Amino acid sequence: MNAPARELTAKLEPSPQEVALYEIRKRIHPRAVHGWFARWRWTLVFVTQAIFYGLPWLSWNGRQAVLFDLAARKFYIFGAVFWPQDVIYLTVLLIVSALALFLFTAIAGRVWCGYACPQTVYTEIFLWIERKIEGERLARMRLDAAPWSLEKFVHRALKHISWFTVALWTGYTFVGYFTPIHDLGIRGMTWQLGPWETFWVLFYGFATYGNAGFMREQVCKYMCPYARFQSVMFDKDTLVITYDRERGEPRGARARSVDPRKKGIGDCVDCGICVQVCPTGIDIRNGLQYECIGCAACIDGCNQVMDKMHYPRGLIRYATENALAHKLEAHSIGRRMLRPRTLIYGALLLVIIGVAAASLAVRNPLKVDIIRDRGALARESAPGLIENVYRLQLMNTDETPRRFTITVAGLPGIVVAGVEQPIAVGPASTRLIALRLQAPLEGSTQEDDHELGSDDRHEQSRGDGSYEKRGGERGHEALEPGPHKIEFTIRAVDDQEVVRHEKSSFIIPR
Amino acid sequence: MSDFTSDFWSLYVAGLALVSILACGVLLFIMGRMRVQASPRKSSADGPGTTGHVWDEDLAEYNNPLPRWWMWMFYITIAFSLGYLVFYPGLGNLPGILGWSSAGAYASEVRESDERTGPLYAKYMAMDVKQVATDAQAHAMGERLFLTHCAQCHGSDAGGRKGFPNLRDSDWLYGGDPDTIKQSITNGRNGIMPGWGAVLGPEGVRNVAGYVRSLSGLPADGLRAQLGKPLFAQYCVACHGVDGKGNPALGAPNLTDGVWLYGSSEATIIETIGKGRGTASSVTRMPGHKGLLDEGKIHLLAAYVWGLSSVKPADIR
Repeated sequence: MNAPARELTAKLEPSPQEVALYEIRKRIHPRAVHGWFARWRWTLVFVTQAIFYGLPWLSWNGRQAVLFDLAARKFYIFGAVFWPQDVIYLTVLLIVSALALFLFTAIAGRVWCGYACPQTVYTEIFLWIERKIEGERLARMRLDAAPWSLEKFVHRALKHISWFTVALWTGYTFVGYFTPIHDLGIRGMTWQLGPWETFWVLFYGFATYGNAGFMREQVCKYMCPYARFQSVMFDKDTLVITYDRERGEPRGARARSVDPRKKGIGDCVDCGICVQVCPTGIDIRNGLQYECIGCAACIDGCNQVMDKMHYPRGLIRYATENALAHKLEAHSIGRRMLRPRTLIYGALLLVIIGVAAASLAVRNPLKVDIIRDRGALARESAPGLIENVYRLQLMNTDETPRRFTITVAGLPGIVVAGVEQPIAVGPASTRLIALRLQAPLEGSTQEDDHELGSDDRHEQSRGDGSYEKRGGERGHEALEPGPHKIEFTIRAVDDQEVVRHEKSSFIIPR
Repeated sequence: MSDFTSDFWSLYVAGLALVSILACGVLLFIMGRMRVQASPRKSSADGPGTTGHVWDEDLAEYNNPLPRWWMWMFYITIAFSLGYLVFYPGLGNLPGILGWSSAGAYASEVRESDERTGPLYAKYMAMDVKQVATDAQAHAMGERLFLTHCAQCHGSDAGGRKGFPNLRDSDWLYGGDPDTIKQSITNGRNGIMPGWGAVLGPEGVRNVAGYVRSLSGLPADGLRAQLGKPLFAQYCVACHGVDGKGNPALGAPNLTDGVWLYGSSEATIIETIGKGRGTASSVTRMPGHKGLLDEGKIHLLAAYVWGLSSVKPADIR
């Protein structure tokens, strides 16, 4: 080992000691924090939860406004009814979410994690309950350490009952998105829930209780994949929560009256507030760490201290790596937000949202699947009249009942037969109908002179000998054997706008 | 049931599974107790501690230990896998104490579904086929059954195809009353027309074909028809009858009504007479659905099929 390596080893190993491969978790009791960013987080807690808890109670057209009916495979979102065939919109939603995550992370780091992620939001709510019942950080730590007593039991029981109530309501609300929530509530109160409803209510309730009450930062540190892969979207112009080391160090306690410059120390008073408020228990002064969820609690905490010390705010602040290195002003940090990475994310986002919105706006409420009968390619129903059989699946995705007419084009004289038109299809329902297309096989020159045992398929087209008479008078060309392209047109009787053209093929037998 | 002739492979697989699970547990136990030399994580700006392992001059290994509860989760997976092997089949050939099998699960799902739909079928079973045929719900159910079980051969519109009769017309090989239709669905039909090529010779076959075509007024060579008539009287009347009107008891088609199961061209008729139909060379048989469909479904299907030609759509309500 050469000299620099020894040096490094010495630096990396201050005092080697025996440790286990698994770490016993130390419970974190974050200190309450007030300030600009905490207010923003609470605002987002209220907004997201008002939407989550409130949405299933809204009505629309006499039904639940937002309902994902998995059993019926219909997904109601206000006026729109999505069918499994519309899964592309779910794909678009996921792509938009992913691109938005990329964009916001490139600009301002883990803002999603810090303000809007359910894990953060529910931890915030559960922490608030904990604080109301068990007291502030120090009181909670004392209670943890205290032996069991009636008081401790009452505090703990109250906390868990409150948590449990919130968690159960969350589970109930979640299931209420998939099964009508009024009905679910009534049946829940009379103990008439089905086994799966019970399971999912309890499952989501338990997940909320466990994740927000117990797991908390462990979810972000060890379980969440987003937490880890967001760091690859960071660059030197990404806003991250940063401790201004140059301004803060060397840190040290001092009286308010002491001028730090004279004492030769930085602005950091080493009060440890930034560590106490951190929900993941890290020290932001060690620099950017993977545990940091970007909640900015340390900024709020530090700013309070700076105010008390009459120092300027922002010892811990949102800043970029470049801003610290080159001492950039706020406006040039802002200008650097517009860089190729964010512009490309932004442009893609706008294009995809635009295309999806346009496609939603012109969405056709009629969907049609055409299935040719494969058992029989074709048959001759009357001399010279070829028939193909089709099944049409008409899907009226709207909530208005409609009647449809079916026409067909593509071959001379081709008509739809064997179905009574117009065809009524109920609101948001499907109808499978079987129908025949008939096309005249105009003329044929083939003579009926086959010997015994000649090619069997050959006969199918000509079945009846009456052709021979027609053969002489053919005015049109005979249709070529084989598949011919045809097009069905399905049109709503009462709304000419609702129309769909579907391609298929019509087979003329050999 | 087993693909193996001896128990060896079953024991081998079971042993392998148990040893693997056990090995995971032992490994976990050792790792859980293992202690390594490492610099602990300090609160200073040094970043995470390292395991003290340095190689290639300056590569060091960070020590970011997993939380202990994660280790307990591993233990839980071991307990779960052992529990699973006790309750469910998985350990070699052992069936598990719950006796679960995919065939059993399927059977129980079918049973559940039958219990659910049972009353509906019972309601229609109590009704006459002709009555059922005019019931809109029964018609819809019958249509779905038809599309599932019958449409492959008879077509989605029941219009048939070569060798498979059209069920919409009023021409029936075995008779079109509800009971006969039910009988056809339940037990199947296997109409056989023997081949006469060897007996009649090529000329004889052509002559009979000429006569058969003339029966339904199709253009035919008058001389051949005349020559074929006595041959028909000798060989064909046993099944098709003296007047060629067929015999529903045998499924022998009526040759005078212009409905042709295989086609009416001279060549097709020559082939039918010469080689026969439904013989080993061209087996076209209506399979019995007794084992596939229960009585209730056959009842509804019979009503649907009977209704195709006997009930006007307007009468279904």
